[in-house]
Amino acid sequence: MADTQSSDVVVQLRGVRKAFNAGTAFETEVLHGIDLTLHRGDFCAVMGPSGSGKSTLLNLVGLLDRPSSGTLQVCGEETTAMDDTALTRLRGHHIGFVFQYHHLLTAFTALENVMLPMLGAAGFPNAAMRERALGLIDAVGLSDWKDNLAGNMSGGQQQRVAIARALAMNPQIVLADEPTGNLDTRSADSVFELLRQFNREQGTTFLFVTHNPELGLRCDKTIQVIDGRVIE
Amino acid sequence: MQTSWLPFEWIVALRFLREGRLQTLFIIAGVAIGVGVIVFMSALLSGLQSNFIRRVLSTQSHIQLLQPAQVTRTLRGPASGTAEPIEGAIVQPPLQQAKSIDQWQAVAGQVRAMPGVKVVSPVSSGPLMVLRGNATRAVSVSGIEPDSYYRIVDLRDKMVRGTARLTGSDILIGTELAGDIGVDVGDKLHITSANGASGVLSIAGVFDLGNKGANKHETFTTLRTAQSLLDMAGGITSMEVTVQDIYAAETIAQRIHAATGVQADSWIKNSAQFFAAVSAQTTANTAIRFFVGLSVAFGIASVLVVVVVQKSREIGILRAMGISQGQVLRVFLLQGGLLGLGGALVGCGIGALALVLWQKFALNADGTPLFPLELDATLFAVAMALASVTGLAAAFAPALRAARLDPVVAIRG
Repeated sequence: MADTQSSDVVVQLRGVRKAFNAGTAFETEVLHGIDLTLHRGDFCAVMGPSGSGKSTLLNLVGLLDRPSSGTLQVCGEETTAMDDTALTRLRGHHIGFVFQYHHLLTAFTALENVMLPMLGAAGFPNAAMRERALGLIDAVGLSDWKDNLAGNMSGGQQQRVAIARALAMNPQIVLADEPTGNLDTRSADSVFELLRQFNREQGTTFLFVTHNPELGLRCDKTIQVIDGRVIE
Repeated sequence: MQTSWLPFEWIVALRFLREGRLQTLFIIAGVAIGVGVIVFMSALLSGLQSNFIRRVLSTQSHIQLLQPAQVTRTLRGPASGTAEPIEGAIVQPPLQQAKSIDQWQAVAGQVRAMPGVKVVSPVSSGPLMVLRGNATRAVSVSGIEPDSYYRIVDLRDKMVRGTARLTGSDILIGTELAGDIGVDVGDKLHITSANGASGVLSIAGVFDLGNKGANKHETFTTLRTAQSLLDMAGGITSMEVTVQDIYAAETIAQRIHAATGVQADSWIKNSAQFFAAVSAQTTANTAIRFFVGLSVAFGIASVLVVVVVQKSREIGILRAMGISQGQVLRVFLLQGGLLGLGGALVGCGIGALALVLWQKFALNADGTPLFPLELDATLFAVAMALASVTGLAAAFAPALRAARLDPVVAIRG
């Protein structure tokens, strides 16, 4: 499938292994030869029991960690030989993150949190990034809250800000680690719908970890990770 | 983010500092106290030293040129049968006669033309007896050229009675001598020298050099009068020299000696004990400043280490959103520099206030300040620059730690 639609491939893992404490007596292999391809517009859930390697897989795809062996292509670039600077640049421009505990910067307002990735990439703030951040804040329904400090917002609101921030750089893929895991059912549903909406409207690829089978069923594709192996 | 002229690192650093308000305030207070102490001590010490130097140099020149001391030559050659000096010879030092500096006008011209030299003034001095009725006092007379000499030692400032203007028949005496022999301005003094020359001089003024011994024994006449009384027609015993930079006096003295052959004694050489004391004081002050600076550095470093731990998850998020290691490093270095600079600004204020209070409350018995202190802008600028650099240096280890945080570990917390 990947080979026939290579221009649409956003992420491709081939024989990826990840071991911790490599070369020591405590070496533990968490992922055992993962093959996985994600295409533009995929809306894909990663499910599996705790400790199966879901978060490790997400960290590898997000270029926050490096595979022990195998190849990993992100947005058409082979990443295994890249240095930290190149990985950081690729991550900043093409990958968005949403975490379970939203992890906003509490010293900044909702709007400023959304501006931060653009500010980091450009160096100086400008009117265009403010406009884009305002548009995203509006899209997640928080226009009235844009000037509130992140720490003063509810969990659901913070997660919406985190989604807006993840989309700030117009990434090709957004990785979400249990984005609804810390929210009540209503907020979780609303956040999920928001992700889905961005996926449909902008064609952004989403890969998110969830323990909620109901959400998994609402995705286009579900990947089961069990004992470090992918079962699609 | 309204402050659109600031770059990313500044915005984040300032926000982090603002968010940790209490920590920021405490460490700024700590730095401020350290900088305040350094500023106050430095100003106090330099005020004390410059005041002392000013006092010392208000009554003497920077360099004194003298005829080289006469030495005895030991026998060599045929008398001993070898070209080597005779070993174990008893060498009697010669009598140092009052001799004029050879070709002094030419030497004066040569010295005057040297770089860094301000004023050269010839002086002819020697011992005299002052007679007044039955009273006789031994004094030292200095024959001077007022125009040039007053630019070195301004006797006009030191007159308590009369005038410092000198004619050929005038003499200036000190307050102690005037009281001792019961004379005042306008009175005549009978002067004799050891070689029998004598004359009558009129007291033009009475001075106070701030030293009891000098007020008792020093007298001043015109150069020609002194030369005739001391039987040194046209000759001088010394030349007084002032230089632009008082601390270059010794170097210039050595240059004068090398160029002219006359003995050149700088005030630095003559005040070796004072300089030893200054040097000891400076060493102690430097040690105190160093350790205060070190404690400031450790204070900033320890706060930033805590900040890095507190902010590690946020650092991880920043890294995940594409912020480079260099940017994270700069965010924390800036925090260190800003803490140092902020503390230094407050510290300079504290130091300046302490100096003003010192001048107001540390007074002499007559109500004048103990010694004048100058609020030197350079001192404040240096203190601020050093505190900022110390802050940056102190922040380096925590900043490096922040930059090297593994984002996965940091986000997981």
